Parts: sequence; C-alpha cells; structure tokens
Amino acid sequence: MLVLALDTSTPAVVVGIIDTDQESPLAERFVINPRGHGELLTPLIQEIVAEAGLTMSRLDAVVCGTGPGPFTSLRVGMVTGASIADALGKPVYPVCSLDAIGVAAAEVDDLLVITDARRKELYWARYHRGVRVAGPAVGKPEDVRVPGVVLAGHVASLYAEPWELPDRGIEYPTTATLVAAAGDALLTGAEPGEMVPLYLRKPDAVEPGARKSVIQA
Amino acid sequence: MTVVLGIETSCDETGVGLVRDGVLLGDALSSSMAEHARFGGVVPEIAARAHVAAVVPCVNEALTRSGLSLNDVGAIAVTSGPGLATALHVGVAAAKAYAMTLGVPLYGVHHLAGHAAADTLEHGPLPAKSIVLIVSGGHTSLLLVNDLVLDPVVHLSDTLDDAAGEAFDKVARILGLSYPGGPAIDKVSRDGDPHAVKLPRPLTGPRDPKLGFSFSGLKTAVARHVEAEQKAGRELAVADIAASFQEAVADTLTRKAILACRLHDVSTLVVVGGVAANSRVRSLAAERCAAAGIELRVPPMRLCTDNGAMIAAVGDLLVRAEAKPASLSLATHPSIELTWAQLDRSVAEVLQNQ
Ligand SMILES: Nc1ncnc2c1ncn2[C@@H]1O[C@H](COP(=O)(O)OP(=O)(O)O)[C@@H](O)[C@H]1O
Repeated sequence: MLVLALDTSTPAVVVGIIDTDQESPLAERFVINPRGHGELLTPLIQEIVAEAGLTMSRLDAVVCGTGPGPFTSLRVGMVTGASIADALGKPVYPVCSLDAIGVAAAEVDDLLVITDARRKELYWARYHRGVRVAGPAVGKPEDVRVPGVVLAGHVASLYAEPWELPDRGIEYPTTATLVAAAGDALLTGAEPGEMVPLYLRKPDAVEPGARKSVIQA
Repeated sequence: MTVVLGIETSCDETGVGLVRDGVLLGDALSSSMAEHARFGGVVPEIAARAHVAAVVPCVNEALTRSGLSLNDVGAIAVTSGPGLATALHVGVAAAKAYAMTLGVPLYGVHHLAGHAAADTLEHGPLPAKSIVLIVSGGHTSLLLVNDLVLDPVVHLSDTLDDAAGEAFDKVARILGLSYPGGPAIDKVSRDGDPHAVKLPRPLTGPRDPKLGFSFSGLKTAVARHVEAEQKAGRELAVADIAASFQEAVADTLTRKAILACRLHDVSTLVVVGGVAANSRVRSLAAERCAAAGIELRVPPMRLCTDNGAMIAAVGDLLVRAEAKPASLSLATHPSIELTWAQLDRSVAEVLQNQ
C-alpha cells in the first residue's frame, strides 16, 4: 500500500511516501522553517511524488499528524492532508503527532515526549513501550516535569540538563513513525477517525466589557 | 469550457462555488458568525478553526449542488488576500492540495475583485467601465473597474477608519441591539424618524477628500448623543437614533458613489458587500442613480456577502483571459491593496511576455 504521510505540528515540515511492504520511504523531505509551512508543504509533496516515480492517483491513503502544535501551521498540514485525500477519494488517517515520536522509542518503559507550545509552555504525552498512557496535554515546564522518565521531542535537549533526565534523541515525527502510529487501522483499511486538530487551548478571545465613556475627553 | 472551483476563507465565511463561462453552477457556504456573536466581532482563531472543519464538506456540497464531481473541475481559484492571515491560510492550503492532486491550474485572487465579480453571476458581464462600491464588515471602498482581470483596478478610496458594516455593528452595541448590528439597525429603523437626531455627514466638507469615507466620528457622535440622553435621564429613542444613523451612512455612501461615477464619466454603479443589504442604502442608491441616469446593479444578498462563487467568477475570467496560473507556493497577503484581480501574477505582465 502506498501511503503519503505528513506532519506540520512542529517547526519542521515532514512529508514522505512509503510503501507499507518496505522499511524505508520511497521519498521524503524534512525542512525546518517554522513560518514557511504554508508555502513549502504542497510543493514538497509534489517533489516527493515525482522523486518516487509516482503520480498522485497511485496513492492509497494519507496519514496526517494532528498535533498538538502551533495552530496556523498545524491547520495547513491538516487541511492539505484532508483535501488531498478528498481529491483522491482515499481515506486520511489522523495520528497524534506526539505518538509518532512515542512509537519510535518503543523500548523505553517511561517516555515523556515534549514539544514547544510557545508562551513558555510545553505540549506533552507519556508513553509506556510506545503506547500512550497520559496526555496529550499542554502545561508549564515545571508542571510537565516528572522524575525518572526518558525525554524525547524537539525541545527535549533543552530540558534534559536542567531536569537531569536522559534525552532519547528523537526530535521529530518521520514518514515511518507517522505510518507506524496510524497502526492497524491503516493497514486493515478500517474507517479512519475524525480529522480534528489537537489544539488543547481555547481560542484567545475576550468578551467585551462595559463601554467606556466618550464624553470625558 | 473550464469549470472553475472557487474557495473563500478570508473572514468568517467558508465559501465554495463552481462557475463555468460566467454561469454559477452551484455553491455552498458555512458561517461561523454565531460563534463570534458574544465577542462583538470576528475572532480570527475561531474563524480559522471553523474553516478547517468546513472547507472539504463545502467543496463536496457545492459539487453535489452543481451535479458535478471533482473530475469535472478544470481550475481552482482561491482568495489569497486580503483578510485574516490565519483564516486565509486554510483556504489557500486546501486550494493548493486540490489543484496539485487534480493536476489543474491554481489562481490566487484578490478578495475585493471577487466582490466586484459577484454581480456578473446574476446580471452578466460588467460594462467596459464601472464604479464598484464595496461596503461590508471589513471594507468600504470605491473602485473604478475597467476590464476586471485585464486592467488594473483603480482604488479610488477607502475608509480612513471603521468600515461601514463595522460602524453598524458598533452603533448597534451602543444601542443595546444584537450582533451583527446591520440587520438589527435596519429593522428598528423602520419605526424611527431618520431626521430625529442631527448627525454629521463625515468627510463631506469642502476641504475633505471628495471620495473618502470615515465612520468612526459618526459612531462617536451617536455614543455622545446616547450618553447625553442617559445623563439627562431620558429614555433612549432607539428607533430614531438608529434611523438617523442609518440615514447618515446611506447618504454619505450613495452621495460619494454617484460623485465617483460623475468624476470618472461612468454610467454603471455596482454596490456589493453585506451593507448592500441595507434597505435605506438600497432605496437611496436607486433614487439617486435614477435621478443621475446611472444604471444601478446590486447582486442578490447571497452573492453580496462573502462567498466562494464570486472567487470562482474571477477565476473563470482569468481562465478565459488565459492568465498564467500561480505556483503551488502561492503565498497569502493579509493586507494587500487591490490593483490586480489576480495576486502574485499580474495579467498585464503575462500579456506583455506573450
Ligand atoms: N441590513 C443591513 N444593514 C446594514 N448593514 C448590514 C445589513 N446586513 C448586514 N450588514 C452588515 O454587513 C456586514 C457583513 O457583511 P460581509 O459582506 O459579510 O462583510 P465581512 O465579511 O467583511 O464582515 C456586517 O457588518 C453587518 O452588520
């Protein structure tokens, strides 16, 4: 089965095409550019399709990271994944982006995946041997910190030292781990779940208060 | 003939429309307006989230209504600016994905050019020259339009502060009416006296920019009146105040639109945008156009407010003009002025290079 995988939940644009019968992807791209997701994503997909010697219509399914992650780039990835799948008439499988890091460290008993949530906060989830046991959630670093775990995720290297925890050194989702996180549902062609972004925060909006007087001035 | 699929997500409306050869084949619309109501205005993040959920379903609904399938689509047009950045990204991402997957050309369209094109879907092609008055929640602009896609659009004027629709919404709040304020003011004004409260006609003095608009001072004048009445312990004559405000807006808008026609020797006025729904704006425009010998064109309401069909209409004109499509790295332009209907690639540039 030929699968297009993509994730835009971190500063990286991750896209790849994999044949599920093979270990390594037919083509993939990894570009760090936190503000460029919107402009980069579709051209990168077009590139890898060509590099893999395919046409879009050969794809059997799409796997798409659903965050958590900064909203605007996350949306670009998810809308792109959903629209491609719709145009192909093929399914799109949502996966929590942190799971695509969790599955890559399936030998670890207690893994804490952390990514940048901006506003001095972290997105996090905990895994036991590749299976999520807590999260995804968002919180302040001091509340996210737990003793005795192994860290992973693109900001793990920043916290490993101050927290005195080992860093597993897995930073981003990849084509292979996204597809692995989609699991049996993808391989058996099960009905995909809903494509709902994991925002984990309410929109910033305040209800207007009482009007200020205009006469005083 | 090519079927063009248009996608619009610049504000709180997710719109998709299908147009072929100037004819609207079908469209779909999803609005997040109700979710913004308690905040008294559009919240960009709420709008963007709603677009994510709505864009693919709207594409499918528009296709179903047209009796078409995605295989029939020959080009994609999308609003790539101006608008809320975070909202624009959603439509542009969807448009690129559809264009790439279907292997069809992509066009980035200026939102205001879409508004100007909307009327062609109801009343046929625009004449060689027209004045377009766009009055919505986000815009108040007078445009001189020649050929909408082959010639640059002349942006004659804009509001210096609040858009007309925004002024309706703010004044409605001052008067304790519901959001969106335009329809609420329109309704209560029916029982009011439009001459009860003396309100200014902004930017109509001899030294003011002839075609310029400004509505923030008018809003403040209403607020002052309301506070003075409240201080004096009088009950608010809401209907009279609303009617007087509506009259001031309608008077200013139509006066300047007619003047623009005169100054540029144009005999067609097109009025579009949410405020074109206003009964007084419509009746006064009709009255003054008739007196001045100007043809007035106002599209039906569903084409007046933001929609995908109007973007498809511009795409259809671009396809027929053989404009060069955008690349898949098409960017969003949250605050770009209208000069060319097609963004990132001017048709003139293309024609020169042919
Ligand atoms: N009958 C009406 N009278 C005056 N204003 C109206 C009326 N109906 C709608 N509006 C105004 O139109 C605006 C919405 O128009 P729309 O074209 O959707 O604008 P935008 O997308 O820029 O907000 C709102 O500000 C609303 O109050």
